[in-house]
Amino acid sequence: MVSLNNLNRKLLGQSLKSRSARAGFLFVFPAVSMMLLFLVTPVILAFSLGFTNAKFASPTEPSFIGIENFTEMLSLGQVSVEADPNDENVAYDNLRTYTKPSNASPYAGMQILSESYSADGTQANFTVAGDALFWKSLFNTLVFAAVIAPLQGGLALALALLINSKIRGKVFFRTVYFIPVVTSMVVVSILWIFFYQKDGLANVILDALIPGFEPVSFLTSPDLALPAIIFMSAWQAVGFHMIIWLAGLQTIPAELYEAARVDGANSWQQFRAVTWPGLRTTFVFVLIIISIQAMGVFTQINVMTQGGPLDSTTTFVFHIFREGFRKNDIGYSSALAIVFFVIVVTISAIQRRLTRDKD
Amino acid sequence: MIKTTRVLLAASLAGVLAITGCAPATNTGEPVKVSMWSHAAGNDQEIATVKEAITDFNASQTSYEVVLEEFPQESYNDSIAAAAASNSLPCIIDVDGPIMPNWAWSGYMQPLQISSTLEESLIAGAKGYYNGELYSAGAWDAALGMLVRKSTLEKVGARIPTVSEPWTLAEFDGLLKAVDATGDYDYAIDWGNGWTGEWYPYAYSPIMQSFGGDLINRDTFESADGAINSDKSVAFGNWFGSTFAKGYANAAQTGDRTEFIAGTIGIQYNGNWAVKDALEALGDDLLIVPPPNFGSGPKIGAGSWQFGVSSTCENAEGANQFIEFILQDKYIVAFANRIGLIPATAAAAAEVPNYAPGGPFAIFVELSNQFSVLRPPTPAYLKISTIYEKAVADIINGANAKQALDAAADEIDADLADNKFYK
Repeated sequence: MVSLNNLNRKLLGQSLKSRSARAGFLFVFPAVSMMLLFLVTPVILAFSLGFTNAKFASPTEPSFIGIENFTEMLSLGQVSVEADPNDENVAYDNLRTYTKPSNASPYAGMQILSESYSADGTQANFTVAGDALFWKSLFNTLVFAAVIAPLQGGLALALALLINSKIRGKVFFRTVYFIPVVTSMVVVSILWIFFYQKDGLANVILDALIPGFEPVSFLTSPDLALPAIIFMSAWQAVGFHMIIWLAGLQTIPAELYEAARVDGANSWQQFRAVTWPGLRTTFVFVLIIISIQAMGVFTQINVMTQGGPLDSTTTFVFHIFREGFRKNDIGYSSALAIVFFVIVVTISAIQRRLTRDKD
Repeated sequence: MIKTTRVLLAASLAGVLAITGCAPATNTGEPVKVSMWSHAAGNDQEIATVKEAITDFNASQTSYEVVLEEFPQESYNDSIAAAAASNSLPCIIDVDGPIMPNWAWSGYMQPLQISSTLEESLIAGAKGYYNGELYSAGAWDAALGMLVRKSTLEKVGARIPTVSEPWTLAEFDGLLKAVDATGDYDYAIDWGNGWTGEWYPYAYSPIMQSFGGDLINRDTFESADGAINSDKSVAFGNWFGSTFAKGYANAAQTGDRTEFIAGTIGIQYNGNWAVKDALEALGDDLLIVPPPNFGSGPKIGAGSWQFGVSSTCENAEGANQFIEFILQDKYIVAFANRIGLIPATAAAAAEVPNYAPGGPFAIFVELSNQFSVLRPPTPAYLKISTIYEKAVADIINGANAKQALDAAADEIDADLADNKFYK
């Protein structure tokens, strides 16, 4: 009897186990198959295409070219040439004798990345690159991420703290701050194009705030276009991160605040000693999410500036897009994507390492 | 042996029955669907005419049913490229004239099979040939001109130019300066730089050609060095950039281009499709004048949107039938009347009052006949177009013209070599 019971239990347990395993497999199947199809497959494709000269639309078959894409992308050089302080074209014309593709020179076909002049203006130093836009877009993307992480994260925290306090109309404000998040980025970008025009809202507001303000056209100024897009992007997604901060705030037990108040802590001290330590995990999450999202910035660039003026807003993903889809150079753009992948993973890993010990 | 033969016989008989049984079924049953993509989403008048032709065509016969999908122009070419990559091109496509050689070379398209009488009746700007074969045919051509108010010219004391005596560079420069100096306008001229994409080479490379430059060496189509960065091309770049640097034109010009009609911009460089609205708003005060002669005579771009058949189309016969159908004079007239484009046949032009001699649009026929230049008919054009667009955009934003055009030449030549000169 006993042994039969045991056996029964064993059988029941086994079949339950295998049945739940099957159910489990069925449950994850849609997600796993989608991941395989839309994430793993493209990654494998990109990794293999990066070592070919594949074209997006071309009757010629792609061929394996090894690391040629990468050497072109990463090549850099320094060229010093004579310059004439009275004629800015002289330095360029001298440089051109090195960079013209038909010339026999190690710098043939390379593009100007930056230039500087000696104090007396008789010598010019050019930094040339196989793909100047690679370095420019990398720089722009890093600037974008470095500025937007504290800006957006901080703003979102401030909003979350405001909303978390006991005020009337909390739901109303929460909704208002969240509306841009659920609005399509394309729509938001188009609206902000108008805001940023010379006679647009941004200039009207600045004019009212600053006496004697000269209206500027933000998106056609190489100095202002990127800051303008950073500001707009921070505003657009701030509501999302606000909600995450808010969730974090609500996990902090009210007793801690009560205890702090009994100890005579003012609001700043409460924030320092109770709120901020309680938000540690939320902070790590928000930081990494914002960084990864910022590294992939694309939509607003494509809609608002197309990477211009003078490449000042060309971001890494936009560069990948333009090489691949505008110039049909899928091989090269896959190589760019591989490098981008490595950069993003590295940055995320560094962030994890810096924040891990304190978790 | 006998058994096998019998089986084969039975099978082939069944096949014959199936075929013959099928043939009447297509006539009485469901018509075959022929998919079509159009770039004209949002362009109400144009798409309405296309839809009208589709409805009429579907009603006129029972074998085929054309099904339309609309795309905004900005993303149309990308959509075609993506569809080709995933082997899901529609049957009938429309294609911008200068892009056609690339699509034909890429294997997106097959040559048209339309009647030779129709082919002969179409004007040159409405037909696209690649390797000597007709790949695309359209209902119209477009032409560019300068739109200006008579009152503006009178105020600054400028003469009204004619086709035989257009403005010179010096005259035009003076005019921009004078219009700017009146203080009546935010900007003297709207070049249309708010429109991105193909507009840049379409609108600005003819000006560069008028300066004496060009996009590529047209004798071989194997090098852009010495053409796009020649002294004359650079002269164009310097001058064109200066109109922005001096504040005559707005680098931040938006794409809606309503300022000219609203009266805040003095001169507008635009196509015949824009004239209808301007004419309604300004009436007699509106002048359409030829673009200036910058040295090598006035030049305007030729070749507009045309219809073609994709290489993967399984019902090419139906597709060709529809293209013949939509290129009937009655639709050509409708396109011309509604969107103001130059009718593709002489017979249709005679039926369009605006294009009859003395009509308000008649000048465009003259401009098209005398000044039109084709963008380089080479598969490399797709890249040339993208690269040139960026160079001109950089020049508008203050880049050194020589450096921007040198960079464009390098990039085009690298691409040509990369693609084995598109042979």
